Amino acid sequence: MMSDWPILSILIFLPLVGVAFILAVRGNDEAAVENIRRVALIATTFNFILSLWIWIGFDPANPGFQFVERREWIPGLISYYLGVDGISMLFVILTTFLMPFCILASWKSVTVRVREYMVAFLVLETLMIGVFCSLDIVIFYVFFEGGLIPMFLIIGVWGGPRKIYATFKFFLYTLTGSLLMLIAIIAMYWQAGTTSIPDLMAYQFPADMQAWLFFAFFASFAVKMPMWPVHTWLPDAHVEAPTAGSVLLAGILLKMGGYGFLRFSLPMFPDASSEFAWLIFTLSVIAVVVTSLTALAQQDMKKLIAYSSVAHMAFVTMGIFAMNVQGIQGAIYLMLSHGIVSAALFLCVGVVYDRTHTREISAYGGLIQRMPWYATVFLVFTMANVGLPGTSGFVGEFLTLIGTYKVNTLAAVGATTGVILSAAYALYLYRRVVLGPLEKESMRRMQDLSLREKVILVPLVILTILFGVYPNPVLHVTDASVNALVSDLSQSIGAQPGPAVDGAAFTNETGSSADAVNRGLEAAGMAPAAGDGHGAASGSDHGAEESQLDENSHGEAATGDTDHASPADAADGEEE
Amino acid sequence: MVELIVFLPLIGFLFAFLFGRQVGALTAQVVTTGLLFICAVLSWIVFFRWGYNGADTQRILIAQWIVSGDLEIAWRLRIDTLTAVMLVVVNTVSSLVHLYSFGYMSHDKAKAKFFAYLSLFTFAMLMLVTSDNLVQMFFGWEGVGLASYLLIGFWSDRPSANAAAIKAFVVNRVGDFGFLLGIFTLFAMSGVVTFDALFAAGPTISEQTFGFLGMQIPAIELACFLLFIGAMGKSAQLGLHTWLPDAMEGPTPVSALIHAATMVTAGVFMVARMSPLFEFAPSALAFVTFIGASTAMFAATIGCAQNDIKRVIAYSTCSQLGYMFAALGVGAYGIAIFHLFTHAFFKALLFLSAGSVIHAMHDEQDMRRMGGLWKKIPYTYVGMMAGTLALTGFPLTAGYFSKDAIIEATFAGENAFAIYAFVMTVGAALLTSFYSWRLVFMTFHGHTRAPADTFKHAHESPWTMLVPLGVLTLGALGAGYVFATQFLGEPTGDFWNGAIFASAANHVLHAMHEVPTWVILSPAIAMVIGFVIALFAYVLKPSLPKQFIEAMPGVHRFFLNKWYFDELYDTIFVRPARWLGRTFWRGDGRVIDGVGPDGIAARVKDLSVVAHRFQSGYLYHYAFVMLTGIAVFVTVMIALDRGYL
Repeated sequence: MMSDWPILSILIFLPLVGVAFILAVRGNDEAAVENIRRVALIATTFNFILSLWIWIGFDPANPGFQFVERREWIPGLISYYLGVDGISMLFVILTTFLMPFCILASWKSVTVRVREYMVAFLVLETLMIGVFCSLDIVIFYVFFEGGLIPMFLIIGVWGGPRKIYATFKFFLYTLTGSLLMLIAIIAMYWQAGTTSIPDLMAYQFPADMQAWLFFAFFASFAVKMPMWPVHTWLPDAHVEAPTAGSVLLAGILLKMGGYGFLRFSLPMFPDASSEFAWLIFTLSVIAVVVTSLTALAQQDMKKLIAYSSVAHMAFVTMGIFAMNVQGIQGAIYLMLSHGIVSAALFLCVGVVYDRTHTREISAYGGLIQRMPWYATVFLVFTMANVGLPGTSGFVGEFLTLIGTYKVNTLAAVGATTGVILSAAYALYLYRRVVLGPLEKESMRRMQDLSLREKVILVPLVILTILFGVYPNPVLHVTDASVNALVSDLSQSIGAQPGPAVDGAAFTNETGSSADAVNRGLEAAGMAPAAGDGHGAASGSDHGAEESQLDENSHGEAATGDTDHASPADAADGEEE
Repeated sequence: MVELIVFLPLIGFLFAFLFGRQVGALTAQVVTTGLLFICAVLSWIVFFRWGYNGADTQRILIAQWIVSGDLEIAWRLRIDTLTAVMLVVVNTVSSLVHLYSFGYMSHDKAKAKFFAYLSLFTFAMLMLVTSDNLVQMFFGWEGVGLASYLLIGFWSDRPSANAAAIKAFVVNRVGDFGFLLGIFTLFAMSGVVTFDALFAAGPTISEQTFGFLGMQIPAIELACFLLFIGAMGKSAQLGLHTWLPDAMEGPTPVSALIHAATMVTAGVFMVARMSPLFEFAPSALAFVTFIGASTAMFAATIGCAQNDIKRVIAYSTCSQLGYMFAALGVGAYGIAIFHLFTHAFFKALLFLSAGSVIHAMHDEQDMRRMGGLWKKIPYTYVGMMAGTLALTGFPLTAGYFSKDAIIEATFAGENAFAIYAFVMTVGAALLTSFYSWRLVFMTFHGHTRAPADTFKHAHESPWTMLVPLGVLTLGALGAGYVFATQFLGEPTGDFWNGAIFASAANHVLHAMHEVPTWVILSPAIAMVIGFVIALFAYVLKPSLPKQFIEAMPGVHRFFLNKWYFDELYDTIFVRPARWLGRTFWRGDGRVIDGVGPDGIAARVKDLSVVAHRFQSGYLYHYAFVMLTGIAVFVTVMIALDRGYL
């Protein structure tokens, strides 16, 4: 039986087996380098196929952790404790899914130190999968921090001209946040006496301690997300990173922040999360507006996409702290979708960067005439980035916004302006790069996508549209865990009020629109619209209860008292 | 059958888009056009089944879409008379435009792509009109926006076309912002987004308030108002209209299909579809009337001063959409949809005729360089005349039935802006007649102002372009006479069958039969006056316009420059946004990085420089520092011990 295998450990350590093989390849000639690339591709592809087993074997009805493995490491203190639930499982798949594309994207563009490059990526894969599988907070921390090192090297060794500045900024920003988290982890251990995540989730931290722990974790996750105003490392890191580095940075590493909020902040510090939700909302709305406007002013393709990532991650944080099913599911969905879409956008930049070696937007123009395939692919991802319905970007954005709107209209309205701004910056980029007259000499010599590039981008196009049209496989998997999280939250901070009117009671699929209204009028105790009654059933009518006493109360309703019935009254009347 | 109608264009799109290059442009064109004609035929069958044989509202489940907590959204097609009318409009015009494009785009290199996009648009529009819930409608809503973006910017090597495409998309998004918030509000109030459940919950919602941005607002008024913002964007109403004239950068068949007959009427359709909610939102309806009536007048004034043949018709579209909203606002939903229906025929006809003129004149669009063309292109002339007669409301043409009904309805309407709407729509009728005849006279009559060479080579278009003109001419002349009784009937009558809703307080259909005679005659009088002025100014005494411009240069410039809306928006939105973007970007570098990482790094460096000074290598320096340290340490310890600190 597959399920008896320690599948998560296999997923985590299989890339290291690949590393061993790569190190075993002798020589540095062309053939050896080609072999190294192949080994990396095979290892990552195999890992992806293997990871699909956890999706297939996953029981979506079970809200708890599955595929659990537990071995003592330091007895009584730390255990090697793994497992996935509906929240983390898909991030594992996303990681294994993106890795082969990273290897493929580096096939031609990375020519120096290929061995070390591939080793760094495979080690990074191990650490990233580890983050999403850990159920012990110390193990989590090790994986979480360990991921910094290969990424530091990837940017620092294979990066662009300002790579040193970018790597140090990236490293110091993230490390500073993480150290605060480490202190919090230690404090939590002293308080609760355990490092097991499920146990900590069940533990009730005292309210004043929750606030401190919340902010310590917040420091780390906010930098990782990144949230405004600690986002400035991201554009620099993206700009300097090689294409595949950007893909992982945007696709996976940013998601660790959101995952952390869902795994730690919400379940372990519910009171503090609820108390400081306003802060998150404020920062998120600022991020959406400010970084979207900043993106509008960019001259560098990668920077523009980096700023747009910050704006999208702000939708994620907002959805998470809306603390209802739509908000959280939307946040997870948006993270997964952004993992695909932003990765794809960076790959698109990589395609033209490989040809021209510049990321300056002004160096491009009119590509559609030489690169029709590229123009189409880029358009799909641009539209997904804009959140066009029918692409995966819409589902997440819509759910996070609708979830936020239920708890805070101001934040939701502020963030919804992102719908306008994202269209502006994304289409402006598309126009300057792909459209326009073909004037520049360098643009005339551009070749359309090669077979390798099509193999990379076409699956991503298909997924983007598929998950936009039929998101349920993903939503279904997250359902049970998110529901459990929300109901836990509502136990400690109180349930959010439901809709004032129970519209679901009217789900009746017969008759015309007018019939539906008449049903509603009847339920509300108003006079039906049909017939020649004068003045009945206008918006200002009231009297749910009185008119219910008298079915034919034309005259009574027509008195037209302008008072609005109180919500409670109306709800009572309607539930009859 | 309805599944076929909706998905055949999608198949056509995928075929032409993915395989257009392999199978050749002609195959792609024939396949997409053929599929669209099948759709058109099926649509008429559907129309008669629902409109005349009283078929029940039908819902067809395709698949689940988004299910999250209490939010359940399915892909589902909903067919009632309202949908059937829209199916007829969309597929008839779309199939004719496909056919017309054979001729119009014959010199273009990317024919397969053009036809693919036309079919994509049709699919999205069909999803919009068959939607069963607000989110699916939003899918179609944005889908048509995407297709519109692609088609406006079809000639992507023209910077002006690209700018217009972005403008269309972004301005529409401003409307979508409202639409989304409207959906959110309804969902937050009722937990549903499907139409049936919303309509049934409507009466209860209408008794409640909703806390929006800290204010308690009547929930249904708020929701309807926000939804209408969406309609304003899509239907180019006053304030969000600026994209429509620019959209004329697209090929003319696109203008006819998207920016005259179908997409821009999506807002009208939406309000009619949501009539069960709007009926409970009197203030929102008054606002709809106000915006509609104002747009009708405003766009007509601009139309009078434009010289680009397509822009005149674009502003005319804007103005006619205003009529439709005015009718919706007073509760005459059937009449608004009737005008949508007739307008689709005659406005598509006008655009396609204009396209034929442009084709004949080798891409000349400026009416100042036309004139005297009627002998050269007689069929086009006939089409344009039919369209103009219908648009101006000449008796027994399509516009006569629908537009006059709107004017009577506004007079009979009961909301606060009804009389305002009546005055505006009658005034706009005068201007409509004026600019329409001005267009005809400037283009077809008088002495030609075209370069002799162009005029000599002006030729009538091929049959692929003339057949659509012929069909639409029939529609423009006959659609009103044939269908008026049905469309103007009761919402619960045989034709509408409850697809639209009027509350018991809504008497507009009865009251409009009792309006005084002068009201009934007023549009006809306005039409005649407009015609006479145009006749004078452009045929009998052609120096008149010049004198007018010289007499009142300010007024003319104001209209010519479109009331300076573009300049205004550029000043208050576009430039500040860019300025803010640059400022924030610098802020990222100077403020956040300056105080944050770079600042800390710099301070650490400064400190290390200071610390470095101590490392002088002289023993007495070190001894001095040590002694000082010890002294401070001891002092502090003593102070602590005695409780001074």
